[in-house]
Amino acid sequence: MKPRHKKLALITLVVAALGVAVALVLNAFNSNLVFFFSPTQIVNGEAPTSRAFRIGGLVEAGSIKREADGLTTTFVVTDTAKSIPVTYTGILPDLFKEGKGVVAEGRLGSDGRFTATQVLAKHDENYMPPEAAHALEQAAKAQQTIVK
Amino acid sequence: MIPELGHFALILALLLALTQSILPLVGAHRGNLTLMGVARPAAQGQFVFTALAFACLAYSFLTNDFSVENVARNSFSQLPEVYRFTATWGSHEGSLLLWVLILAFWSTAVSVFSRHLPEDMAARVIGVMGLISVGFLAFLLTTSNPFERLLPAAMDGNDMNPLLQDWGMIIHPPMLYMGYVGFAVAFAFAIAALLSGKMDVAWARWSRPWTTVAWAFLTLGIVLGSWWAYRELGWGGWWFWDPTENASFMPWLAGTALIHSLAVTEKRGAFKAWTVLLALVAFSLSLLGTFLVRSGVLSSVHAFATDPARGAFILGFLAVVIGGSLVLYAWRAPKMITGSGFTWFSRESLLLANNVILIAALGSVLLGTLYPLFMDAMGLGKISVGPPYFNAVFVPVMVPALFLMAIGPLVRWKEASLPDVATRLKWALAVALAIGLLLPLVLDGFNPWASLGFFLATWITLAVLAGFADRLKYGQGSLMHKLSSLPRGFWGMQLAHFGMAVGIAGIAVVANYQSERDVRMEPGSYAELAGYTFIFRGTTEHEGPNYRAARGTLEVSQNGKPVATLHPEKRTYNAGGMGMTEAAVHPNIFRDVYVAMGEQLEGQNDAWTVRLFYKPFINWLWFGALFMVIGGFLAASDKRYRIALRSREVPKHLAAQGA
Repeated sequence: MKPRHKKLALITLVVAALGVAVALVLNAFNSNLVFFFSPTQIVNGEAPTSRAFRIGGLVEAGSIKREADGLTTTFVVTDTAKSIPVTYTGILPDLFKEGKGVVAEGRLGSDGRFTATQVLAKHDENYMPPEAAHALEQAAKAQQTIVK
Repeated sequence: MIPELGHFALILALLLALTQSILPLVGAHRGNLTLMGVARPAAQGQFVFTALAFACLAYSFLTNDFSVENVARNSFSQLPEVYRFTATWGSHEGSLLLWVLILAFWSTAVSVFSRHLPEDMAARVIGVMGLISVGFLAFLLTTSNPFERLLPAAMDGNDMNPLLQDWGMIIHPPMLYMGYVGFAVAFAFAIAALLSGKMDVAWARWSRPWTTVAWAFLTLGIVLGSWWAYRELGWGGWWFWDPTENASFMPWLAGTALIHSLAVTEKRGAFKAWTVLLALVAFSLSLLGTFLVRSGVLSSVHAFATDPARGAFILGFLAVVIGGSLVLYAWRAPKMITGSGFTWFSRESLLLANNVILIAALGSVLLGTLYPLFMDAMGLGKISVGPPYFNAVFVPVMVPALFLMAIGPLVRWKEASLPDVATRLKWALAVALAIGLLLPLVLDGFNPWASLGFFLATWITLAVLAGFADRLKYGQGSLMHKLSSLPRGFWGMQLAHFGMAVGIAGIAVVANYQSERDVRMEPGSYAELAGYTFIFRGTTEHEGPNYRAARGTLEVSQNGKPVATLHPEKRTYNAGGMGMTEAAVHPNIFRDVYVAMGEQLEGQNDAWTVRLFYKPFINWLWFGALFMVIGGFLAASDKRYRIALRSREVPKHLAAQGA
């Protein structure tokens, strides 16, 4: 091969490798992005029922209930305006408490109940998950506009 | 008094850092030897004062001086002494002070081990490192003073985050920073080369051992972090693709590409411009990692600092460093003359493939890490990119690199014959394919991912052996003699590659054959998992130095034979009342049995939710990584870097005699 051809072959190889990488990335991106919705958005029907997403807010006081099997927990996530009931089976993180911020990932059932596959652990007492803070902010803004 | 002394030492360190950067850089530009001579003493002095500041902060922590805000917020009188010491770098301010200290340490190391460098080169390298020190010291002093007083003093501290009270966390940050900051040396060498316009092969030889050592430290730091997360977070996972993990993984990928590309530049004089660019990228990503973790832009475990002024400063600093170095690169790089050519099948071409793939993998991680931040900043909604994305992209991209990794070391520079290499490796390929296909069938039925993992692990291991066989074919003497006369660079590379194989085997097994169960247990009840029987014997009250715990007792047995008695704990820390799960692990070389307690169930007699894990081969992961670390240090200690040093000193000595 002439040097020019070699260079061409090399460039083709690199472009092909990058092409494959980009294709993989876009494909994986499409199917694996997890969107976030606040309780208000979910009540308004903005959240999909066909794919998993994240919900965030506060765990409503007095809402944590444990089923007889000891592993399934139900609780209510609220952004102070609207609330969504959530079911989770498994061990909850240490900082999961009533009145504290929480982010859960899972699917919304047709009955309006959110079934979580994961409750995210946040490892600092005073730390509010950004998603939860965002949900509370949105709700507060919405309420202000209503008052006006 | 002591905190003020520390603060003052930090100011002096900043002044010395300014001296260390400005005078030598000007001197190197003008060819003024006196100004260049300032570099070494200034760097060493800067180290002394930074170390003094660090010692003052450590002293404040050890003596429970709660009139220092940093101590009051991050320590606690009942905290065991060792954690009070590590709390020094547990906070945002303290960890940046540690960063600066390590940077000063590296600068001093360069000032000591650079006697063989031309004076202007050494002055430029130390000067550039001084500039980075200036940036970080100014950041500390203006936005994050670790010695800020709290008046009136607090009665007691807020305690250290209980999760950080673990000995994995004692050494994880220093090792990680040794790696991050170590890339500053490679960066400084690259900038110095660009400034001087001298891009000869010697540059790659000087820069290479430093880069390899930094890479080894970074590898160690990442693995310690992963090991900590595995034991301490109670979820039994070892990698979460969490943005903070990615923040350290991206410089690692760039650094891995860099040490391979440096090999080509040193040996063949090729890829010069590319190698320089990688050195700039590796350190830029280290800075980006610091920004991501330290500015609080991420929603994850490590984000304990949230302050926009800090974010703005780091962002500005990042823009100056990355932007400035890229502009310099664009200006100077076209002047670099590239070395000899090579054919499509040669050591060079395979290392090029390695680099292309690593950078593609890096790009995919970067995208997944920054895209959610970008979307959020643009107000386009909150999204998260989780492990499924990274697994779907990263694994397929890396597979070809892992396959080629076995071939690379066996292929000659410049031009190699594919049929020749194929003949040498055909048995290795056959054996690896057979093991990859059959092992999963024996274990648990057909499993393509396990097959892929076993194939790659066997393939790389056999190729490493073939590499040794190659080297031992010629020469005289006993096998031991021949083995011991192989250069350390070769040993290091082979050990690191073998470590990768061990790690892949570990990942393949643990990812495909692990099992876990969440169960409800009360005293006397039992559960089964992966052939092990767990009997719960209830909990007892346990008093720790700064916490109280319910300590469970689980007897683990296999086929009626006792294996271990595990004591997982559910702790409540005295200072903040924060609860924490302390998992109990029984390790051996083939598996971990891992137990974590969930919650006590109300109204029931000592009944708990308990999470049981069976983690086969998980320890292979840590050992594999450890081999990579040792390999890195071994390669960096290769004789040829020292020979290069001596041969340069001789003429200088002769010249002195002649004068």
